[in-house]
Amino acid sequence: MDDIQTRLQKSSRATRQDYFGKVICYSCIGLIILLVACILYFIASKGLATFTKNGVNFWNFLTQSDWKPGDVDKYGNPQVGALPMIVTSFSVTILAALLATPFAIGTAIFMTEIANKRGAKFLQPVIELLVGIPSVVYGFIGLSLIVPFIRGIFGGTGFGILSGTLVLFVMVLPTITSLSVDSLKSVPMHYRQASLALGATRWQTIYKVILKAAAPGLLTAVIFGMARAFGEALAVQMVIGNAILMPKNLISPASTLTSKLTTEIGNTVMGTLPNNALWSLALVLLFMSLLFNLIVRFIGRRGNIKNER
Amino acid sequence: MKTYDFNQQYISKIEQEVALSTENVQVHYGKSHAIFDASLDFPRFQITSLIGASGSGKSTYLRCLNRMNDRIAQVDGKILYRNTDINSKTINVYEVRRHIGMVFQRPNPFAKSIRENILFALKNNGINDKKELQERLETSLRDAALWDEVKDDLDKSALALSGGQQQRLCIARSIAMHPDILLLDEPASALDPISTSKIEETLKLLSKSYTIIIVTHNMQQASRISDYTAFFHMGHIIEYNQTKNIFTAPEIKATEDYISGDFG
Repeated sequence: MDDIQTRLQKSSRATRQDYFGKVICYSCIGLIILLVACILYFIASKGLATFTKNGVNFWNFLTQSDWKPGDVDKYGNPQVGALPMIVTSFSVTILAALLATPFAIGTAIFMTEIANKRGAKFLQPVIELLVGIPSVVYGFIGLSLIVPFIRGIFGGTGFGILSGTLVLFVMVLPTITSLSVDSLKSVPMHYRQASLALGATRWQTIYKVILKAAAPGLLTAVIFGMARAFGEALAVQMVIGNAILMPKNLISPASTLTSKLTTEIGNTVMGTLPNNALWSLALVLLFMSLLFNLIVRFIGRRGNIKNER
Repeated sequence: MKTYDFNQQYISKIEQEVALSTENVQVHYGKSHAIFDASLDFPRFQITSLIGASGSGKSTYLRCLNRMNDRIAQVDGKILYRNTDINSKTINVYEVRRHIGMVFQRPNPFAKSIRENILFALKNNGINDKKELQERLETSLRDAALWDEVKDDLDKSALALSGGQQQRLCIARSIAMHPDILLLDEPASALDPISTSKIEETLKLLSKSYTIIIVTHNMQQASRISDYTAFFHMGHIIEYNQTKNIFTAPEIKATEDYISGDFG
């Protein structure tokens, strides 16, 4: 009997395993935190050098629209105005999200609420296939189909925000759809039954009960789609026109933060202002993805509070 | 809602051998104080039931007894088992749970076969002898009054069993480890009356060789099966006595009101 007493106080194989597992987990997470910290530090130090070392005014960087990092204006200040790219990036992102959201949520509702099992089973791989297509292929299709189409209808070159939006629409559609499907699937069955048992129609149930309950998840899906659109470089670069001009309308050639980075990164010398200015663009991108992340987390937390009793 | 004086307390002394006791156990969930100064002695080879309204803290208290509140709540005070304070930080909690088993409200068998469910913990503890495993499988299922119903289907999924059978499987799973003490958290509240009475019979039989502590909402159940009863109210233990005394001549007004249904 005293045997048990001593066993209660001594470590055993179980506690040692526990400790071992803990050590492995902590070292893995430590490595990843270190990696993230290094990336953040590197981009921040490079991106901030534009303002600290090269003396560019941060406010001018955000609000001016002349981007010639190699030249100086008549007062001798370097011309590093990123406003056109920031505006274009936001335009294509928001337009693509606005366009894709109704289609995505509609598809998700069809897959979870309306289609029979076989229909949903057929649609699932179709949506997943869209995710898997490489972005260069999307860009190629956009370049050879959408750009001539826009040119034919609206005139001009065909390159611009509208073409970028349409390409991004197809690219974020599956992201938003599959996340929406997950969110709708996680609405408990008894919500539907409770609503139907009160005499609500199927449409009323979907619109007033299921979409309400799934709202935080749907918003998260949209934000994730926007994050993807904001960060997409290659496909957008192929159809946006790559002119560093303030976009006047949806069909004038423009340039996003990411497309600027991909076109210019090979043409600059490490450590010079033109190179540092590109890093500043990368810093803006990083900051934006951080912001999208925070929004998603905030929505998630609010959703949790709502769902608690 | 009636208010009762928490200082009015009646805790009877236990004459027999004590299997487990708590001294001034306090539980905090963050800032909220869930259990106040709970001190009880649980007699060996007897059934003790913990009764009280929802939110009175009886389940929280039960979960302290085999350290299931670790990482969920802050538990202070002493929990004595074999003259050892098992609430101390340096205690090997896995060893504690090996001797103090627990069965939950909802039957929660693993998605494995009946055999694998019973042998799961035994294999984890390094028991590999085929003969011993087979023997423990059979005796634990017999003790839980499930053997005759499942002896031909031991390799079928445990999830195919009925709710009552699943719960008895969970009891069998716990006693296969040969614990000293069995904690049950409303084990019959999700079951129909027939399954409930089977569980109660099982517990009666088990109390010959196990110390059983059971949380229950059902006062008839407490009076039917338990030897001792503790009444919890808003985190305080109001009364603790032999079951027959509690149900026939309660010492405290709150207990009397609760038992007679004139409460709250």
